[in-house]
Parts: sequence; C-alpha cells; structure tokens
Amino acid sequence: MKELLFALAGNQNSGKTTLFNRLTGSNQHVGNFPGVTVEKKEGAVKKHPEATVVDLPGIYSLSPYTSEEIVTRDFVLNEHPAGIINIVDATNIERNLYLSLQLIELGIPMVIALNMMDEVRASGNSINIPRLSQELGVPVVPISAGKNEGIDELIETALRTARENRRPLKYDFCDGEVHKAIHAIAHIVTDQAAEAELPLRFAATKLVEGDEPTLAKLRLDEDQVHIIDHIVEDMEHELGTDREAALADMRYSFIEKACALCVTRHQETREQVRSEKIDRVLTSKVWGIPIFIGIMFFIFWVTFTLLGEPLQNLMDEGIGLLQNAVGSLMERAQISDWLQRLVIDGIFAGVGSVLSFLPIIVLLFFFLSLLEDSGYMARVAFVMDKLLRKIGLSGRSFVPMLIGFGCSVPAIMSARTLSSERDRKVTILLTPFMSCSAKLPIYGMIIMAFFPTHRALVMISVYIIGILVAILSGLILSRTVFRGNPVPFVMELPAYRIPAPKSVLLLMWEKAKDFIRRAFTIIFVASIVIWFLQSFDLRLNMVADSADSILAMIGSFIAPIFAPLGFGDWRASTALITGVTAKETVVSTLTVLTGAATDAQLSQALAAIFTPLSAFSFLVFTVLYMPCVAAFAASRRELGSWKGAILTALYQTGAAYVTALIVYQIGSLILR
Amino acid sequence: MTLDELKPGNSAVISAVGGEGALRRRLLDMGLTPKTRVAVRKVAPMGDPIELYLRSYVLTIRKDDAANITLSDESVSPVKKEGTA
Repeated sequence: MKELLFALAGNQNSGKTTLFNRLTGSNQHVGNFPGVTVEKKEGAVKKHPEATVVDLPGIYSLSPYTSEEIVTRDFVLNEHPAGIINIVDATNIERNLYLSLQLIELGIPMVIALNMMDEVRASGNSINIPRLSQELGVPVVPISAGKNEGIDELIETALRTARENRRPLKYDFCDGEVHKAIHAIAHIVTDQAAEAELPLRFAATKLVEGDEPTLAKLRLDEDQVHIIDHIVEDMEHELGTDREAALADMRYSFIEKACALCVTRHQETREQVRSEKIDRVLTSKVWGIPIFIGIMFFIFWVTFTLLGEPLQNLMDEGIGLLQNAVGSLMERAQISDWLQRLVIDGIFAGVGSVLSFLPIIVLLFFFLSLLEDSGYMARVAFVMDKLLRKIGLSGRSFVPMLIGFGCSVPAIMSARTLSSERDRKVTILLTPFMSCSAKLPIYGMIIMAFFPTHRALVMISVYIIGILVAILSGLILSRTVFRGNPVPFVMELPAYRIPAPKSVLLLMWEKAKDFIRRAFTIIFVASIVIWFLQSFDLRLNMVADSADSILAMIGSFIAPIFAPLGFGDWRASTALITGVTAKETVVSTLTVLTGAATDAQLSQALAAIFTPLSAFSFLVFTVLYMPCVAAFAASRRELGSWKGAILTALYQTGAAYVTALIVYQIGSLILR
Repeated sequence: MTLDELKPGNSAVISAVGGEGALRRRLLDMGLTPKTRVAVRKVAPMGDPIELYLRSYVLTIRKDDAANITLSDESVSPVKKEGTA
C-alpha cells in the first residue's frame, strides 16, 4: 500500500498533543526540525502502519513571523503531505477556524477534527457538522481527544480523503475588494507559482497580505511587483484599511457568517464557567502570587524532600550494589587493574552519580506536565509576566527558571514548552545561573571551612548573585545578540482541564528516556575522559596519587588564569574541571587532592588554599560557570546545535569569571 | 480611547488596530480585528498584563500592546453577565 504522510496542525491548547497520542499510541519519534529549536514529533497511525503523522507546532496563523509558523509552512509546502489533519477546538471555534482557512488555501486534502465536542454538547450548545463541512468545503469529524471519541472515524476519513486526493472544495472565503485583488494577482503570478511549486491561491493571498517569504520565492519581475503593489494599493484605498487588516478581517467575517449558520451557542461551556471561577482565586490580586509560590514550594518539597531524596538514595544504593557486584566479578575474573578502575571509578562514579538524578527529573516533569496540561502554566505567565519583561522575556519563562533552582537539566528541557524560539534560547542560557541543588555540597564545604557563623548570609548572597547575573545577562542579551522584536506576548488563557493521564505518563517516559540516553552517550564519554585524565600521567602510566595526573597538570597549567579571582591554586582549578561532570564532584576532588580524611582536615586544608574572600569568590565562580555535562547535553539537545551549546557554556563561564573577578577585586579593596 | 484604558468589567468595539510587524499581525490573527467586541476581565496582580475576553475565549496581552488598539468611545458598556462580551 502507498505510504501516506499526514501533517497534524492546529492552535495551541486545542488538544493537539492529546490527539497525536491517540492517533499514534506510544509509537512516537521525537526530534527537532532542522536548524531551529522547534520540536518535531512523528509516529505511525495506530493499525495503519502505512500512514505517518507529523505533529506540527501549535500555531494560530501562517504568518511569517515566528519560527513555529515558518516551520509549519515549510513543512506543508516542501514535504507535500498527502493530507492535513487540522484540529479545531469546538469551544473556541471562531479563532481556531482562522488557521483552518489559511490551511485550506494550500489546496492539500484536509480533514478538520472538531475537538472537545463533548464539552460543547454537555453545555447544551450544538454545532451542525454537515453544514459546517459544507461551508468550509472539507470533511469535519467531531471528536473528543480526551475521551477518545471519534478517533477511528477521524482516521478513516483522513485516510480516505488523502487516498482519493480530495482537495478542499473551495478556497474562496472572500468577497468584494479583497476578492478582486486576490483574483487579479492570481492571474498575474500563475506561471511563477507553478514554477516555485506554491499553491496558486496561497501565493496570491499571501501576496495581498504582503508576505515577504512568498514574494521572495516567486521571483517576480519588476513589472509584476509593480502591478501587484498597485492592485493592493487600490484595494487598501477602497477598503480604507491596510492589507494585513483587510485579510484578517476577510477571514474573520467569513468565519462569523459560517458560525452564525452552524453554531448554536446559548452559553459558555461548563469548563469556561468553571475556569472563570477558579481564576477569581488563582489570578486574583491578593492570592495570585502567594498561591503560585505555595504551589512551587509544594512541588519542590515533594520532588526533593518527600519522594526525591528517598528515591535518589535508593537509586544510589542500587547503583552501588551493582558496582560492587561488577567489581567483585571483575576481581574474580582477574581483569586488568586499569580496566577495573575505568569501570568502577570512571563509569560507575560518573554515569552513576548523574543517573541518581533520574527520579528527581521524572518527578519534576510529572508536575510540570500537570501545570502545563491543566492550563495553570498560562496563568503563571499572566501573573509573573511583569517581572520578566524587563529582561526581554515573558512570564512563560518563569517556571523553567524556578525549576533551575532544583536541577538545570529538567529546567532546560522544559524550555521546550515556551512558544517562541528566542525565549527558549535565552531561557536555556539563563537557567543555569539559578543555583541548582547539586551545588549545595560545595556551599556546605566552603561555609564549614570559612563562614560557620554566617551560613544563611553566605547562602542567600550566592543565590542572589546568581539571580542578579541572570537579570544582567538578560538585559545585555536582549539588547545585543537577541535584539530585535521579541515575539509579542499575546497569549491565550485556555480553560482549565484535567490533564490526560496518558499524556502525562508519555511525557515523563519520553523525558526519562531522553535523559538516560544522554547519560549513556555524552555523559558516559565525559566520565571516561575525566577518569582518564585523572588516572594517568603524560607517559600513560597509571598514577597512584592523582596529584601526578594529567588532570592535575592541566589544573596547574590553567591555575594562573584564576589568580586574579583569588584562587590560583592548582587544586582549585582541577576541582573546577572535574566539577563539570557533576557539580558535587568539586567537593570530592578537593578532598582527594588535599588528602583530607575528615571534614575537619578538609576545612584545615582549604584554609591553606583559600582566604575567606577567595573562598567566596570561588563559590561565586562555581555557581555561575558552565553547568554540568548533563545540563550541557540537555542544552545541546534543546538548542539543536553544538555551536549554540558551546557558545552558551562559554558565555556562562565568562560571566562567572567576570563576576568572581569583581567580587574578589572589590572585596580586596574593601578588606584592605 | 484605547484598549489599555478600558476598565475591567467593561467591553467595547474595536475601531482600529495600530502598531506594526509581528505584534500587529499577531493581534489581528488572534481575532482582535475592527468591529469585534472585546471585554477587559481583569488586570494581573502586578498591574500588567490584562485579561481580555473576545470571540468566546480568554486572551492576555500587555498594556503597552493594548495601547495600539483603538476602541469606539460610544460602544463602551459594562459587561452584562460576567464573562460574556
């Protein structure tokens, strides 16, 4: 049977992900669209292995402004899917159909999946499906993705429409001046549209809209451009409005008329009424912020204290048992000494310590997907937006950043839910400045040695420095690298809904898989490299004392770089290098290199390396410099490029250097 | 008057959408087109952004951006039942 490719397109919050999960089961492949940080999911349709669905990003329009919109356009125009499944939220039909009209113009066989029909019916409203289908010229299938209703019929209809290549029956949604302009322009560009393989109607409409990418693709000659400009000017003059508003108005006018014929709406749906009541508390002036803080505290408490710690210990124990078993097996088999040490000290220590974070990451994603799928995340953005706006971000970035205080890895991974590419990049870059929980042992060590009486003060100041550097970086970046108009913060507040357990579980599973895969690839390699450097000297003899190792040499070599920050000792710089595998390793490295056997000895040894000021400067550097390999790998994955991830890490390390330098130098002046 | 000046609990009809580029297009795409009735439901706890109700859904935009949207003065009226525009 012929292979069929379907594009699943629709607005955000239309239930697209839920439908995608229904269509494909757990048989999904997650990746990125080439060159952008936009997620691409695809999977074979259940019971129809010949049909593949690609989940396109949630968008509201085919305008050329955001990378999500451009990706969707390019996919549909270049990959030539056999059909489009357009999901439409029936409770919010007018705005959802706006995208549908633009998709229909593409002239590709299309089916509308009218989602949340259960909610429409339950509230006593109704939609005349045959009539709507007739008005739009494409099949409309009522479904409820959440309740798994109508999915089989949707699949059947989509397959039939695509196989029989049934294109939309009409694409003329306009009248009057806009109609005249579109038709006149269509005549002019017929040949070029065919040459550029653009659907003629789509090309003509986009030209009326003044769409730059389409204009570039068509390669019109000067005369044609001139005539088109003239036609558009005439239209604008006649209508007394500009081209973009004219087309938006044309589409919405058509939708309003169609809805008047097909949609009977007596009242808001129960979900909408309920949402308004919930929001009276959750986004209220008085309670909005305290409740948000409460929810986040609860999530952190459950993740790190109630469940995370026991699970993490359990994981550690399990890994420890396995490590011992493997160790004694190798011992008995008389495996060579270096290989034993590679497996035990290198792989188990490195990968094992990172893997023990798995429960925390899975738990955090459990809560994150509850927040996202319930609709609360949009409220957080609404409540906190003002705080983040000054640094060029929107409220949507608030939760990923907060998660950063727990662990940078899920924080970076959760940036994927942000709706603009620019916001994602900036958030991924700034999140590691939020001091993560793995850095706590380092604070403990330094505080014990130098500031036993000012514990809280030191902790708080380190956290605040992290936040200040993030703010400052945001300010600088939004005025330099990420200059230009940020994607406007125009965001829907969807009705609150109970998250589908399947979606939540799938997301947790997917993130866990992702993390484990990275633990055994990039983190695995990094652990081996560090172990190698730590265990051998330049002549590749295994060293008994790690002070003789290649790593120590590199540490001594780069140590002078840190002299201006107050810690030019080779042991400090070596610890910073090993800290890249996992931040808490800084403590164990310093312990090993100073030969300390007890905490008290370690404190004493540290006093020989650092002064209180340089210790604080060291602490500041540790908080800010590039995150651990796991977080680095996550940022490489989310940014979709090594270059981006490396530049990000370099920026973070640079910021750490400058900040620690300032702390140390100014501190020296004051303390002198 | 402009949309940022509309008091919560009131609705009015849009007469023009100003601004340019991505922002303006986004406002239009989200259904904030001329002749559409839009209600302001509330203001965020820190005074910005604002929560709107139009075309039977809820939208939030920043006040600065709302200032691009002109309303016809005579169309301003209090929202009858809460939530309906």
